[in-house]
Amino acid sequence: MNKEQLLSKLRVIITPYVQNEEGLQNLNENTDFIKDLEINSANLVDVILDVEDEFDIEIDNEAMEKMLTVKASIQVIEQKLKAK
Amino acid sequence: MNKRRVVITGLGVISSSGTNVSEFNSNIQKGVSGICYIEELKRLNFSCQIAGLPIYKKEYLNDYFNSIQLKGLSASGMEYGVMAGMDAWQNAGFSVNKSNIPLWDTGVIFGTGILGVDKFREAIYKVDNGNVRRLGSTTVTQTMASGISAFLGGMIGCGNMVTTNSSACSTGTEAILMAYNRITNNEAEVILAGSTSDSGPYVWGGFDAMRILPYKYNDNPTEASRPMSATASGFVPGSGAGALVLESLESAKKRGATIYAEILGGHVNSGGQRGGGSMTAPNNEAVQRCIRKAIDNASIQSEDIDVINGHLTATIKDVDEIQNWCEALKRKGEDFPYINSLKSMVGHCLAASGSIESVATVLQLKENYVFGNINCEDLHPEIASLINREKIPTRTLDFSPNIIAKASFGFGDVNACVIFKKYS
Repeated sequence: MNKEQLLSKLRVIITPYVQNEEGLQNLNENTDFIKDLEINSANLVDVILDVEDEFDIEIDNEAMEKMLTVKASIQVIEQKLKAK
Repeated sequence: MNKRRVVITGLGVISSSGTNVSEFNSNIQKGVSGICYIEELKRLNFSCQIAGLPIYKKEYLNDYFNSIQLKGLSASGMEYGVMAGMDAWQNAGFSVNKSNIPLWDTGVIFGTGILGVDKFREAIYKVDNGNVRRLGSTTVTQTMASGISAFLGGMIGCGNMVTTNSSACSTGTEAILMAYNRITNNEAEVILAGSTSDSGPYVWGGFDAMRILPYKYNDNPTEASRPMSATASGFVPGSGAGALVLESLESAKKRGATIYAEILGGHVNSGGQRGGGSMTAPNNEAVQRCIRKAIDNASIQSEDIDVINGHLTATIKDVDEIQNWCEALKRKGEDFPYINSLKSMVGHCLAASGSIESVATVLQLKENYVFGNINCEDLHPEIASLINREKIPTRTLDFSPNIIAKASFGFGDVNACVIFKKYS
């Protein structure tokens, strides 16, 4: 799975939680979930669970703490996919 | 000193006999029972396999909840409470607060007995399997009792008191009185008051186990709920939510709002589980005292009461309740007011009963009728010896009540009574 494909899957996962539509339209590697998309911080845990379901991976607490931006999330997902 | 006047300017209801106010208003006048057979209860070996379950299309939820709120929503009481609450809010002519500033004078007092039981069940399975990390963010918000007032308060943007009360089957009536008191005390202008109750076997099972539900009506469910009848054999479990917007008269007038009725006052108390009272049975003296105190608080006389909307669950306690009303009002025979029980149609909606029945009470004042009691053609002989048969209408009466007393009693020996009046 290349970065493009990962990004498009990630976009689908985060869409229901996004409160800033403009941020979603400009989604890129540097997008910050809380600052740019205004995702409620309590919902970040739900994003992680949806990512786990979509990619059939398990994200530990340490990795989860890093997943605040698109870039960091893609890195974590790639690592976890490789380790499968 | 004169109390500040408090009126009702909005109504909302989700019940087995109607999932909006106009349907409910029409059904309760026609005597339509919402009680039905529930296959799941049979499969689970319940003795009582019937219930009053509100039925609606799941798509309706999209009008009330956003996509995040709907994700993983598994709390029937939350669905009912939000739908009834937001219906009442819009019915009052209010819109959702879209600004960034809370409505400082507007609050929510919305009770429940237990919330999100199905959500809690999911959580228990995950936790017991060592999978707590997979609970997600919604387990807490859907299972905390105050989840319902928190959802409503957030949707509306309330900045006044936002809380959930809980006093078993008197919860809904108590919520209305708490809201009334807060407004008369000048601490709020508008309060969305009401209560909700979850559906399902985990809520109703405990009552089935106590053998206080009827078990001989699984084949004819609409005849099962028989308040005041000689053949009453227990209460039929129900669920749903009722909601009322309480508002200071000044605020309602300023807005030019439709006024459904006025609240004159009321009282809540407890029998202390003394003097015949227990966890499950009422202290009769406390019930009578609650009614008398409500009358005093409303500054009326007992003969001013035209109609009673009773608690009357269809157990052996119905006789005691009638006796208590007779004693408290010092009225009997043909001098007794009309009396009815909504439970004959929707069953006993537990924590939601007081608010759903108060919506019915207010509709009677506004629309000029007294709804008929179904399933009590065979009136209990002890009740017949206390009050005249005609005071317990079996069909809806074309009668214009001026004052209705509504009471609810709950486990824990707790009582609540509210006095409603036609607005003039």
